[in-house]
Amino acid sequence: MLNPFPRLACSLSNERCRNVAYQSLLALAVGLAAWYFAANAAANLQERNIASGFRFLWREAGFEISETTLFSYSAADTYLRALAVGLLNTFRVAVVGIALATVLGSVIGLARLSRNWLLAKLAASYVELIRNVPLLVQLFFWYSIITENLPAPAQALNPLPGVFLSNRGVAFPVPRPHSAYVWIGAALMAGVVLAIMLKRWAWHGRQGMDRRFPIIAAGAAATIGFPLALYLGAPLEWSRPALTGFNFSGGAALSPEFAALLAGLIIYTAAFVAEIVRAGIMAVDRGQFEAADALGLSSRQTMRFVILPQALRVIVPPMTSQYLNLTKNSSLAVAIGYPDLVSIANTMMNQTGQAIEGVAIIMLVYLTISLTIAAFMNWYNRRVLQRGGDA
Amino acid sequence: MNRLLVIIAPPLYLSFQCLRANLFSTLPNSLATLLILFVAWRFLPPLFDWALTNAIWSAADAPLCRELQTKGACWAFIAEKYRFILLGTYPYDQHWRPVLALALLLGLYGVSALRSMWRPRLALIWLCGVAVIGLLMWGGALGLDYVENERWGGLMLTLLLSTFGIAFAFPLSILLALGRRSPMPVTRYFCLAYIELIRGVPLISLLFMASVMAPLFLPTGVFIDKLLRAAIAMILFAAAYLAEVVRGGLQALPRGQEEAAQALGLSYWQRMGFVVLPQALRISIPPLMNTFIGFFKDTSLVVVIGLLDLLTTIKISLSEPAWIGFGVEAYLLASLLYFLFCYPMSRYSQRLERQLVPANEAMSLREN
Repeated sequence: MLNPFPRLACSLSNERCRNVAYQSLLALAVGLAAWYFAANAAANLQERNIASGFRFLWREAGFEISETTLFSYSAADTYLRALAVGLLNTFRVAVVGIALATVLGSVIGLARLSRNWLLAKLAASYVELIRNVPLLVQLFFWYSIITENLPAPAQALNPLPGVFLSNRGVAFPVPRPHSAYVWIGAALMAGVVLAIMLKRWAWHGRQGMDRRFPIIAAGAAATIGFPLALYLGAPLEWSRPALTGFNFSGGAALSPEFAALLAGLIIYTAAFVAEIVRAGIMAVDRGQFEAADALGLSSRQTMRFVILPQALRVIVPPMTSQYLNLTKNSSLAVAIGYPDLVSIANTMMNQTGQAIEGVAIIMLVYLTISLTIAAFMNWYNRRVLQRGGDA
Repeated sequence: MNRLLVIIAPPLYLSFQCLRANLFSTLPNSLATLLILFVAWRFLPPLFDWALTNAIWSAADAPLCRELQTKGACWAFIAEKYRFILLGTYPYDQHWRPVLALALLLGLYGVSALRSMWRPRLALIWLCGVAVIGLLMWGGALGLDYVENERWGGLMLTLLLSTFGIAFAFPLSILLALGRRSPMPVTRYFCLAYIELIRGVPLISLLFMASVMAPLFLPTGVFIDKLLRAAIAMILFAAAYLAEVVRGGLQALPRGQEEAAQALGLSYWQRMGFVVLPQALRISIPPLMNTFIGFFKDTSLVVVIGLLDLLTTIKISLSEPAWIGFGVEAYLLASLLYFLFCYPMSRYSQRLERQLVPANEAMSLREN
């Protein structure tokens, strides 16, 4: 039946019209609020003679940064370069932190499932203790242990040959750069590529588990063997830290700030990783262990082919958010004076008064990192799900 | 065989068999046990000496701390500073007021933990309790002197910030979670953008925003108290995280519930208020508790904008020349205080999880 009246007005009793009305109202309210704040900000900035925009990034920064990663920086460089140094410092602590927290966390998670009562209780206490104390308190704690309680460089602790712990941080030996190392790096890449190809080929050609090709052994041999062969041929010279004056020179050094931040992040995140790993393994049905046992698989095979593929499905999503948390938590560096992105942006804001731009840069960078890690982990998660078959 | 023994043997029953099954069942197991015992034997006695035997306890002996610096702990620091650390710059002779308020707040927590109290009258109890706490803290009536909130501090500030942060963030988070699942695209995208934006950035940047940027966005002449600005930032932050937890609960609920309510002719808010939310919130209580704990720990971040919370009072005490260099003792105290609040909460949330959530639902919730 045709409606005899052309619909001119929309009534609120019609659900679709109501929805349109609500949404328009919401959009209007948000728009008005944004406009109000923007107008205020514009007026305030004019009053205080602060130019808006990002042109200030090309001005001279005029402050020193205590440690830099990869590229050099001096006070005469621009704010942009200072921020880039900060960003690299953030990456440095986040990448190392994620790798080590994963390892430590997995070990503790497995230890908590151990049949050894002492070990399991120890791991459980670690998790409970660390999770229930704020990360910031832990950072301050490690920082004061390093700067206040470790001895001066002259009496540095020497727990391993060549490694020195003092209130100036950690000093350890590194191989002296040599042209051969470039080739070792190339050999490593070639080894990795070969290992991946081997794995592809072996998976492809395999009909069942009975025709076993030692993939892991062969892959490891290629990855380690190639560079090792070159390495043994190359002249090996270590640059060792030695005490000169009041501090160590030579070798590589971690500043107290970096060491405290890294230790804090690793120890804190590992507690959460441990719980995730434990929950993931416990989520695998007990029957799966028993079935694998009945098939005569060794405990290593059970873990590799039965338990891990299923546990990973449960582990990957929460692990992603832990990695993101670690990256975001690295911004606490500002509290102990490690020059990460946030603390450099903070200095910049104090010097230039460009608070809006500064906070916008911080947010933009972290959003980019978050979304990138999230996208990567989603991709990995899909792969894990595919490998596991359905679900 | 081993597994059976572990299950049957009561945990504290130390028989030879039990020891063997739990500590020395296999060779690697025995090695691990021996290694742990060796490390304990090597490191526990010196630690014990440092913390107890050689420690200096009373404030009168404080000068001795310097001489003994690394041999014994200087608990005298705490004996001297505990009032400032716990209560901040609140007028000294009025300290009974925040202490009473603190006891009241803890009592409110305790009452709320009892499941038999989860009735509408709990809200009434909280309202009365909060009114009394406000009266005690601010004063200005009943013969109590007025104390402005710049002078609040220490543990009390940490507790108030986290309690009221959650109280305001929670309703907001429910709206956000509902909005994110709304069929209206504009609402959905606004909520989605808000949640992802806040969750994607560190809390520190929001606190900087509140302390440096907020004055720029307000008209000239309007000034918002620093504590309130930080509280707003914390609320906006917590709401985004809580919203994701609530959304997990909403997703775990079978669709049929909402469809049935729709078939009964209930309006949207009736469906949500009487059918969907009561069930969804119930299953998300344990993860909500975990978010509360996280938020409680996160309040320590206000130290970077200089609010006088527990951690800031400790840092200020440490910056006095007499006490520079005793950070380890001070931060152990901070850890202990935070632990005393967080650990019971986490145990409680684990217990609730067992009581409230069937195992299969717990799994799907945790994944979110």
